[in-house]
Amino acid sequence: MKPRHKRFTLIAVAIAGLIVASVLVMNALRSNTSYFFSPTRVVANEAPRDRTIRIGGVVKKDSIKRLKGLDMEFIVTDNVADVKVFYSGILPDLFAEEKSVVTKGRLQADGTFKAEQVLAKHDEKYIPPEVAEAMKKAKELKAKSQ
Amino acid sequence: MSLSEFISMGGYGFYVWMSFGMTALLITAEVVYVKHQRKQILRRLQRMAQLNAEV
Amino acid sequence: MSINWFKYSSPQTFYPLAGKMTPWFNWIAGILAVVGLYWGFFETPHILSEQKQYYRILFVHVPAAWMSMWLYLMMVGWAVVGLIFNTRLSFMMAASIAPSGAIFTFLTLWTGAFWGQTSWGTWWDWDPRMTSELILLFLYVGYMALQSAIDDTRRADRASALLALVGAICIPIIYWSVNCPDPNECTALHQQSSMSAVEPNIRIAWLIMVFSFWMYAFAIAFMRVRNVILERERNAAWVTELVGRKK
Repeated sequence: MKPRHKRFTLIAVAIAGLIVASVLVMNALRSNTSYFFSPTRVVANEAPRDRTIRIGGVVKKDSIKRLKGLDMEFIVTDNVADVKVFYSGILPDLFAEEKSVVTKGRLQADGTFKAEQVLAKHDEKYIPPEVAEAMKKAKELKAKSQ
Repeated sequence: MSLSEFISMGGYGFYVWMSFGMTALLITAEVVYVKHQRKQILRRLQRMAQLNAEV
Repeated sequence: MSINWFKYSSPQTFYPLAGKMTPWFNWIAGILAVVGLYWGFFETPHILSEQKQYYRILFVHVPAAWMSMWLYLMMVGWAVVGLIFNTRLSFMMAASIAPSGAIFTFLTLWTGAFWGQTSWGTWWDWDPRMTSELILLFLYVGYMALQSAIDDTRRADRASALLALVGAICIPIIYWSVNCPDPNECTALHQQSSMSAVEPNIRIAWLIMVFSFWMYAFAIAFMRVRNVILERERNAAWVTELVGRKK
């Protein structure tokens, strides 16, 4: 083989590799989106129990309970239905009550969720806490006056 | 704000400086590489011109 | 009298023009970066309502992410102009933008990983925006690989331009991948993009950094296109003359 052809083959293989990688990546994305459930759908028994799924929602107020060691439980809610989640491990910095989370794990026979991973979501606000507090109060006032 | 406070970034220094560091590194590397490439091309073209002149 | 734009579409006239503009863009980029970084680190709050000091990664992450998409559009734009008008310089511009675009895309993923690890709790996730950004990196790499794989420059230009054009579908996907109507219904970890609730000093620093990256992108593209012109036009009389003078 001429060196020119050799190089061409090599790069053709590289491009084919990139295409395969893209397909795999799209596949990962698809399975990620299709196995994402809200607590409402979990309670309605729409989520499979035999595989890893994700549940996304908000951590319910006053629902975080520290058990022994790193073990803990909390409730993920979408304000319609609740799912109790067990987790043991390190929590992300943003994990808090009334904040969005995505948990990854398996549904148990009793309807609770055993999480392997807990991810936190942050909002689109880039403001200091005092300002956020003031904005929240202003919003509440406005809501009351209406 | 003291220097050590600045570096620690409230305990998140590793994450912040890894991000800014990689950005600085890659941009510097890109500029250096493009300049080096230019020198190489000019040198090669000059050599070719010399060879042509000798023939 | 109108300016003769076609005059500047020839590599011979564009070469010195690009050389003259490069230092300007470099200086503006450098000054803006200093101002932007100063503002971003010293004039902004340390703690946000939901995030701590790691939010400062935003000052490189967001500009890099914007550039990764903008440069791709620029690259496709030049490639399309090249396909339609068959101008050599357009293809050279497209080829000069690609490496910078790839670097910015990589930086977006890299800085995003560090931000993600601190705030969300993971280095990587198959979030729609992250996934499509990764594919954008593949597209840049694929474009450059295809360009260097084909020895005939004209064919290489046309083939890679087509690849870039087809891949452009990725850009709107990245852009709209987070704005799904109900955050509880979609798996995206990225939050909706919004300029409404950004502290003014953070916004200033962030916009300055975006402009700085833009200016840098111009500078480096002009620097690289000069290399590409020299390489491709090496047999042209003006290049031989120029090289002779450089001695």
